[in-house]
Amino acid sequence: MTADEAVAHLESGMTVGIGGWGSRRKPMALVRALLRSDVRDLTVVSYGGPDVGLLVAAGRVRKLVAAFATLDSIPLEPHFRAARQRGDVELVELDEAMFMWGLTAAAHRLPFLPVRAGLGSDVMTVNPCLRTVTSPYEDGEELVAVPALTLDAALVHLNRADARGNAQYLGPDPYFDDLFCEAAREAYVSCERLVDSAGFAEGGGPQTLLVQRSCVNGVIEAPGGAHFTSCVPDYDRDEAFQAAYAAAAAGPGAWREFADRFLSGDEDAYRAAVDDFTEGAA
Amino acid sequence: MSGGRGVSAGRAEVCVVACAEAWRGDGEVLASPMGVVPTIGARLARLTFAPDLLLTDGEALLMADVPALGARPRAVEGWLPFRRHLAVVAGGRRHVMMGAAQLDRHGNQNISCVGDWHRPDRQLLGVRGAPANTLNNPTSYWIPRHSPRVLVEKVDMVSGVGYDRAAAAGPSATRFHRIPRVVTDLAVLDFETPDRTMRVRSLHPGVTAAELQAATGFALEVPRDVPRTRPPSAEELRLIREVIDPDGLRAREVRG
Repeated sequence: MTADEAVAHLESGMTVGIGGWGSRRKPMALVRALLRSDVRDLTVVSYGGPDVGLLVAAGRVRKLVAAFATLDSIPLEPHFRAARQRGDVELVELDEAMFMWGLTAAAHRLPFLPVRAGLGSDVMTVNPCLRTVTSPYEDGEELVAVPALTLDAALVHLNRADARGNAQYLGPDPYFDDLFCEAAREAYVSCERLVDSAGFAEGGGPQTLLVQRSCVNGVIEAPGGAHFTSCVPDYDRDEAFQAAYAAAAAGPGAWREFADRFLSGDEDAYRAAVDDFTEGAA
Repeated sequence: MSGGRGVSAGRAEVCVVACAEAWRGDGEVLASPMGVVPTIGARLARLTFAPDLLLTDGEALLMADVPALGARPRAVEGWLPFRRHLAVVAGGRRHVMMGAAQLDRHGNQNISCVGDWHRPDRQLLGVRGAPANTLNNPTSYWIPRHSPRVLVEKVDMVSGVGYDRAAAAGPSATRFHRIPRVVTDLAVLDFETPDRTMRVRSLHPGVTAAELQAATGFALEVPRDVPRTRPPSAEELRLIREVIDPDGLRAREVRG
């Protein structure tokens, strides 16, 4: 399947979870395909990075569920920041752990899971929909009932996958990509390299097989598919490109120029434009 | 400002030691420093008086050795990806030192946004893990520039929970809530008062009470007999300068 074919399964108004963390192993080829589609009014659920920035800048996000949006080496995601300051994105701001338990509840088909995180903080104030529950046991503790973050679709990027949808991570951190897939009704996995199932053994032991085919609807081979975020050990973050991205976000003119240069064509055109950018910088 | 035997410590190095001291006596817990000076402080603590501390490489690995800033560990003693990190937070075997865009006298911290949350004047990071941190494991703060814009009467969005808000939220919120220390470029502060409001624990060498008050956005009494922050020893200075931070990154965060 191609990224465009995967995105053709998405519809406006859906709740879409995006894997990775900050500016790390984001399914950017899928996000770029989403930008080429007409899908809008999305609820995006993400440990936010430039996926959030690009979709917000393109006006595709009605509601964002997140604990942060960052580019890591550049602390603040510039498009997210601008959109919030203009007041044109609805935000459900959760704690990082609440977010994980919301996905876990969805993966386990539970309405909520109880956590301590959130009590006493303004997370409870700015999300008046959040409720607490009282433990039915002797301790009687009052805890936050984090609602399930059930996703219509999940988009994740891993190092290797087979054609059936099993996927392997080779970096040090799985992030929460398996959880995103399990919390979703449909999941699309892009990968650096498609391998046959026997090829997984080359990368590492069975514990590196993070995502199982039973919750995956489509596999997309997308070399460089996390660019400009990191996808270790295949590649590190493209810091020069990320800096150019952040600089271009500073004003509408610069951003239009950046979008014209890098985001107006298909994925091959993107790769060619990035190669051109890299050669120009060298 | 003397480190002994004629070795003079800069302000950044005093701050490193003050941060390191936050982890003294913690035992076998994960030290999670945010920022350069706390990172040097945690490594200094591990190399000196807190050898049992666990340290991460800033990503998913627990380091068996103590490399210089920016260098990779030569030996790894554990795996701590984000999801396991969240379990360590909830389990309490961790002492984090976070930053703060705003901090009030009760220890409420804000890293989310400045101004009205619905349409902020300045969007910052978002709450990240601050709500979970403050309710589950000891949470200290590091403020590299002590000013009335950071030490405020009231924070705009409570990300990290302070003593008053925890108390109001009830026993589940106070059960594991603790803010051991606030280290700034001017002083060390804590909440060891009957009403759990901020007090001055020590003034850094060369800082006056008037200077501290002028830099604080709420009334913060400095007792006449308040001690001076302990300066680094000669051995601590050597470890900071030659082993942990040979490139002098600490000076980018705190001048002097």
